[in-house]
Amino acid sequence: MEKMNKVIYIFLIIIMTSSILAPLLSPYDPVEINLNEIKEPPSLKHPFGTDNKGRDILSRVIYGGRISLFVAFIAATLSICIGLFVGLISGYAGRKVDMALMAITDFFLSFPALLLAIGISIVLPPGIYSSMIAISVAGWASFARLIRGHVLTIKEMPYIEAARAIGCSDWRIVVFHILPQCISLSIVMGGLKLGGFILTEASLSFLGLGAQPPVPSWGSMISSNRIYILSAPWMVIFPGLAIAVTALSFNLIGDILRDKYRVKKI
Amino acid sequence: MNRRYDIKIYLVKRILLLLPLLLGTTLFTFILTKALPGDPAVVLVGERASQEVIESIRKELKTDQNFFVQYVGYLSMTLRGELGRSYYSNRRVMDDLILKSPNTLLLAAGAMVIAIPTGLFLGFLSALKRGTGIDRFITSISVIGLSLPVFWSGLMIMLLVSLKLRILPPSGTGDIRFLIMPSITLSLPAIATLTRVSKTTLIEIMEMPFIKTARAKGITENRIRLVHILKNGLIPLVTIIGLDFGSYLNGAVLTETIFGWDGIGRFAMEGIIKRDYPVVIGCILFGTIVYVMINIFVDIIYQYIDPRVRLHGKNE
Repeated sequence: MEKMNKVIYIFLIIIMTSSILAPLLSPYDPVEINLNEIKEPPSLKHPFGTDNKGRDILSRVIYGGRISLFVAFIAATLSICIGLFVGLISGYAGRKVDMALMAITDFFLSFPALLLAIGISIVLPPGIYSSMIAISVAGWASFARLIRGHVLTIKEMPYIEAARAIGCSDWRIVVFHILPQCISLSIVMGGLKLGGFILTEASLSFLGLGAQPPVPSWGSMISSNRIYILSAPWMVIFPGLAIAVTALSFNLIGDILRDKYRVKKI
Repeated sequence: MNRRYDIKIYLVKRILLLLPLLLGTTLFTFILTKALPGDPAVVLVGERASQEVIESIRKELKTDQNFFVQYVGYLSMTLRGELGRSYYSNRRVMDDLILKSPNTLLLAAGAMVIAIPTGLFLGFLSALKRGTGIDRFITSISVIGLSLPVFWSGLMIMLLVSLKLRILPPSGTGDIRFLIMPSITLSLPAIATLTRVSKTTLIEIMEMPFIKTARAKGITENRIRLVHILKNGLIPLVTIIGLDFGSYLNGAVLTETIFGWDGIGRFAMEGIIKRDYPVVIGCILFGTIVYVMINIFVDIIYQYIDPRVRLHGKNE
């Protein structure tokens, strides 16, 4: 299993560095049209082949990774922030505030995530920022629930009572005594969710609600290339493989994190 | 107090809880309608609708009044099944939803028929052979299943089965030949989830004292597996199977599009591409309501089939 974990880490490092260093690593310009090399099958010159406009698929996949990872990471960060905010208030305040906030949280949890994200995306101008917002709006609720539960147990600990005894304000207790205890949990939870967020981003851009052309993104590449599936299958295979491998790596990391920190998936 | 009575109280409670959920859902779709640029009445029926229709919607929405009054107007419209008109076909969105929902239901049923036995079998096998190569193999397969985007795995299945091997028609709506590939595609993430959950559930049961007792009594291993473990494990799994229905709804939008299956999912996708807002919002509303209802239904069924479940308020 140890060996397996190392392979996953290496995979993730490759995916992340290639996204960050995309301008250096990609062999061609991802949006440059070259009508002399249309729908070329994979070769040494174009390892993943070219698309119907002669654009290099490998370069587009590398640049697409930037979008996917960026959106997923920002969406996870936003979800963590909203989840921390709601969870801390809900858990610490208790009573009616808790009931009201948890009712809202449960409402968001009972929505099918992709439908909620689609709803948010159609009213916002399409683009990566609207996908980020849509994914976080659909995803923050499970963070809030988890953090609230954690706050409930922390709240009863003696050091909180001590803090109160020496006259700390509620605000100070929440920000300086409870919040730091919730950070690592939220990050682990964020790690668990990244794989799912990658898939949601891909689905949204497949539906035309994510990154807009000519910006390459994995989902939109599949959706615009799928009519060529018979004549040039590589145009669909490679972007999809990129999504699958990335989501798989994050899901495996999520499993490792869950076993290590015993977080229940919600 | 008898059990029947408890269940009745529980039912009433659940149904009362349904109300705020449905209100919240309509509030959400109403806010979406309001957030779109333009007159909400025109947003709902489109510019091509006749002036009379626009006027009647405007009157019903009370566009000159405040937000709350408008929402009440929207709610009463929705309750009558008026979800607006498609911008392109000028047809009532509700009519199309009703027309297309049997197809989506058929697809979801097809996916469930594949997913439930496969997922349970894999989970059971993996729990019994815990720690062996078989277990590791099944576990890795299920993580892969969770990581594949359905729109891509669908295309890959299509490429292999109908374009290379030419066994099944690639896309369209019709008899069972058209149903097989989309059902398999839609069932993949469900199989993965079910395998994982059933494995952990069954392992939990295997570690319970009554299994040890059964073994001590000399009951054969096969009987313990089938009667003691599987039967007790199936009950909590019913909830998972039901709750996973949401993933079918999410997946249907993508799978139906790929395979040209004429259901609500493809309807929604076409709406998104054409920016046909009443269609998209109608599909979201319809999908969410179906999802919420199924969750509650599953919850109630669960109360009936598991005699061990303590109903709320029984011991209070």
